[in-house]
Amino acid sequence: MTHEILAAGFGGQGVLFLGRVLAQAGLIDGKEVSWFPSYGPEMRGGTCNCSVCLSEKPIGSPLVTHPSVLIAMNTPSLEKFIDFVVPGGVVICDSTMVDTEVSRDDVKAFSIPASQLAADNDLKGGANIILIGKLIKETGVFTRETFKKAIEKIVPPEREHLIAGNLRAAEIGINS
Amino acid sequence: MKGNEAVAEAAIRAGCKCFFGYPITPQNELPAYFAKKLQASGGVFLQAESEIAAINMVLGAASAGVRSMTSSSSPGISLKAEGISYIAGSDLPCVIVNVQRGGPGLGSIQPSQADYLQATKAMGHGDFHVIVYAPCSVQEMVDTVFKAFEIADLYRMPVMILADGLLGQMMEPVSFPDFTLSEPTKKWAADGHGGKRKKNIINSLFLQPDDLERTIRERFARYDEIKARETEAELYMTEDADIVLVAYGATARVVKSAVNLAREQGIKAGLVRPVTLWPFPEKELNEGAQNARALLCCEMSMGQMVDDVKLAINCSKPVTFYGRTGGSIPSPTEILEEIKRIGGVV
Amino acid sequence: MAVIFQKPKSLSDVTQHYCPGCTHGIIHRLIAEVIDDMDIEGETVGISPVGCSVLAYNYFNFDMIQAPHGRAPAVATGVKRARPDLFTFTYQGDGDLAAIGTAEMVHAASRGENITIIFVNNTIYGMTGGQMAPTTLSGQVTQTTPFGRDIKTAGYPIRVCEMLATLEGTAFARRVSVDTPQNVREAKKAIAKAFELQKNEAGFSIVEILSTCPTNWGLNPLNSLKRIREEVIPYYPLGVYKDKTKEGESS
Repeated sequence: MTHEILAAGFGGQGVLFLGRVLAQAGLIDGKEVSWFPSYGPEMRGGTCNCSVCLSEKPIGSPLVTHPSVLIAMNTPSLEKFIDFVVPGGVVICDSTMVDTEVSRDDVKAFSIPASQLAADNDLKGGANIILIGKLIKETGVFTRETFKKAIEKIVPPEREHLIAGNLRAAEIGINS
Repeated sequence: MKGNEAVAEAAIRAGCKCFFGYPITPQNELPAYFAKKLQASGGVFLQAESEIAAINMVLGAASAGVRSMTSSSSPGISLKAEGISYIAGSDLPCVIVNVQRGGPGLGSIQPSQADYLQATKAMGHGDFHVIVYAPCSVQEMVDTVFKAFEIADLYRMPVMILADGLLGQMMEPVSFPDFTLSEPTKKWAADGHGGKRKKNIINSLFLQPDDLERTIRERFARYDEIKARETEAELYMTEDADIVLVAYGATARVVKSAVNLAREQGIKAGLVRPVTLWPFPEKELNEGAQNARALLCCEMSMGQMVDDVKLAINCSKPVTFYGRTGGSIPSPTEILEEIKRIGGVV
Repeated sequence: MAVIFQKPKSLSDVTQHYCPGCTHGIIHRLIAEVIDDMDIEGETVGISPVGCSVLAYNYFNFDMIQAPHGRAPAVATGVKRARPDLFTFTYQGDGDLAAIGTAEMVHAASRGENITIIFVNNTIYGMTGGQMAPTTLSGQVTQTTPFGRDIKTAGYPIRVCEMLATLEGTAFARRVSVDTPQNVREAKKAIAKAFELQKNEAGFSIVEILSTCPTNWGLNPLNSLKRIREEVIPYYPLGVYKDKTKEGESS
């Protein structure tokens, strides 16, 4: 099974980090993986998205043009990419930031107020990980154990204290 | 690991002791990685005042017999052209990475393959070539870096790794094999004669036409050796292919997906992927295309490689082109449509 | 019989191509003498420029690199960074250094690169036939300023030592001349000082040497030397513009 995941939002929401966690998890599960950012000229605040492919087969284009999973962290991202999601695909929105409904009925759409939940739980900047939790719950793309290993791998040693928060954020998504 | 970072790590492991660069997107992770890691491994990282200075610092370090490298992206490579010509004319080894972006001019910062002609035909003024490798994955970039340093030293000439923003920015799993370095003793280097030998001169100036012609002919004799020994290509599903696609670098990945899609639909498509762009894999292309009715060249440019493809097969079969430019990346479905359009429908 | 005068060991036994009356030959000799005195021929890598002195690589007995036009300080940087144990100097004219190579010169100085620039200023592009250089004096007639350099359109002549002296990385900057035997001796002292500073890892050093170009000035050798005294030195005063080893001392 090949997952072609597109995560999109504003710069600074942790879209690229979200993608890296997915890629790392795929790697831990022994899959072929690729991660490719769309990069704009601005360092902060621009629109930002990243393509992650997880597959049993070698990956051709690392650029996801027709995602099987779309993670939208703001309204413009949902509007920009919703028409490209493959029929039967999964759409996960941060409903704190996305104020429109998913307009298609041939995709599986899920909403979770990830930014609000992050703020309520003292997990500043953790909305991206809450969305990964939701992805784990709704698609089973990988397990929470794999996620834990991925986070432990990615978070650098000098920031080890951040691991617990990330695990807590994922649980919020999984249990929502 | 990001492609750019993987290249830098591979270079350090390949014995690169000097990196000179200048900031330009989308290759910035490459100098940044050197800045962090090269000193610890006993090397030198220096951010130069310009692309021009950076390539000339490479010229100096390479003259002193030390494995040296620079990287940039398209507009910066144009600025380095002068230095590359001098390096080639002085028979110096070095590795140059071009993480291509859209052009002409400032163009865009998105992936592109529009520097093919510059890299393979005219990397500066004068009669010379650089060896051009076009890897298509992060792992292959790593493997190519090792090869590039070895080949550069072996033939005493600049080697270019022609990547693009996609390969530079993407992350893929990568492993760093144990490489056995075989850096030769550089008896020609300007590193102080120590009273033990005659002086060495690193020079590209030959005022007597006969002298200059002789050095160029000698260099071209070496180029013939390189053509015979170092040319590389990958053939994918070409044995029974009706339509053979020709693509290199990042585009070749997309084309491979398109070939797979075509095969699923019963269309006999195949891919010839030049791994060296100079020398161009003429023999390999003919072998891959022997049963083909038509060839389709795919690039992220307006078709800079098409002429090489036509020449390689001596225009014996129709060669068409499909590409995107300006920073757009073609999709497998776009290419599949093109395969069907040119008559690949069963 | 005692030998009282001979060719320096570091100077090759070949005929130089310089025009009669040109002072490049003197400057080459001074460099070779200093290198002999310091006994560093075997560890020296010289960088020759583009210009009249392009063939300097044939005239010295140590290893030489011929650099692209203006890029000698970058090439020297590459050599020095790769092999800090080597002794490296560039030999550059005014066009090479102060026009097309301005960026390389300024940034090598600014980095405090431990190299020495021997800057030969004869206020003109010699090899290409006598065009205006960045150091061409106001009113000076050249091939490209046939009515004399007009500062309104061609700008002002650049004083390199004064400019580089403002940079923190510059350890030593001195302007000398080779128009008289006394000045030649002073020029040698300046070169020796700069080379010693490099040996002591003091950072960037430059010795600017006012030189003649009888051919393109349209003067005979003697009048060329006279021009240095009467026209060139007044605009480019001789002296030490920076000496880090003297800083802090009362002058």
